[in-house]
Amino acid sequence: MATGAHTEVPGGKPPFPPFQKETFASQLVWFVIAFVALYVIIARFAIPQIGGILAARASRIEGDLAEANRLKAQSDEALKAYEKALADARGRAQALASETRERLNAQAEETRKKLEAELNAKLAAAEKTIAATKTAAMTNVRGIAVETAAAIVERLIGTAPAGKAVEDAVTDVLKG
Amino acid sequence: MADPIHQFEIQKLVTLGHIGGHEIAFTNSALFMAITVVGIAALLVGGSSARALVPGRMQSVAELSYEFVANTIQSTAGKEGMKFFPLVFSLFMFVLIANVIGLIPYTFTVTSHIIITASLALLVFATVLIYGFWKNGLGFFRLFVPSGIPIYILPLIVFIELLSFLSRPISHSVRLFANMLAGHITLKVFASFITLLGGFGIAGWFGAILPLSLVVALTALELLVAFLQAYVFAILTCIYLNDAIHPGH
Repeated sequence: MATGAHTEVPGGKPPFPPFQKETFASQLVWFVIAFVALYVIIARFAIPQIGGILAARASRIEGDLAEANRLKAQSDEALKAYEKALADARGRAQALASETRERLNAQAEETRKKLEAELNAKLAAAEKTIAATKTAAMTNVRGIAVETAAAIVERLIGTAPAGKAVEDAVTDVLKG
Repeated sequence: MADPIHQFEIQKLVTLGHIGGHEIAFTNSALFMAITVVGIAALLVGGSSARALVPGRMQSVAELSYEFVANTIQSTAGKEGMKFFPLVFSLFMFVLIANVIGLIPYTFTVTSHIIITASLALLVFATVLIYGFWKNGLGFFRLFVPSGIPIYILPLIVFIELLSFLSRPISHSVRLFANMLAGHITLKVFASFITLLGGFGIAGWFGAILPLSLVVALTALELLVAFLQAYVFAILTCIYLNDAIHPGH
């Protein structure tokens, strides 16, 4: 490479700059001033300020998380209360429904029994009427039969039979 | 071609006086130290001055660096290490911002001078020694006596431990200094290839594409190195401080 000639340090040149001892005192003095100033700035201003910001953020996040947890617990509680109310209402509704059903059943049964009794009574009355009517009809039939028999006999023999004989004969026939 | 060493030269801007025969001057190095400090103050204090609950860009950067350094200390030196948070935060930000500012062309890299990195390393070394003896008294010497070592090789181990402890400020400072120095020299050398090849006409212009792309890649690498060296400096500081807080191995 052609750089050798250029980087060569001629004999008259001062030594390598970082090893020039006459510059050390100035550098040290300014280093001490600069570093002390830096230390004071960092310890007094930068660290409290940034540390404060970070602490404020951490506490804010912590507070927000606690608030969120509190709200979550609250909503959980509300949900539980709602579920309980729902279960209660359901139970009440069921009780009400079964009670109503029983009451209606009982009522229906009662009505049915009453109706049945009424109907039975009516049926009995009707049967009695029928029996009476039948008896009456039967009596009428007997009278008609006696009269008819007397008339027939009169026609056949020309004389009217004794009423008592005809009645006995008809009674015998009806019995027979 | 430009001299790759020229960028490290200390230039006097104003001569202020003499202390014990040493000339004290406001130099380019002092100027960039001041810029570094002002930049850090603007970033950390100015950037977070809005104290927004949802941070903006600058506040995010300030908060990220705060938490990064705080986590580094807590993971290496534990909760007790947070006593040294201002020191470690100052060291990290100073090294990081000085390194990054140095990557801008025509600027001066404060951390490319051994006197500055040695001062930083000795500051840490002195803090470890003073706090170690103040907190543990003579128990601090337990640092050099690992437990569970057979008595006949103990002197050798203690000697090695002592040597490694004493060489810490050297490795601590030279690592940062050498990284910055080497990186900037490499950048400068490759950058001067571009102008050198550019002088050879059209063919040279095409030839200059290679060093140009290398300089772009190296700049990215140096940005990584700038951050990495600041991180390494800070984490080593934490490890050394941890020795002062808990000297027993």
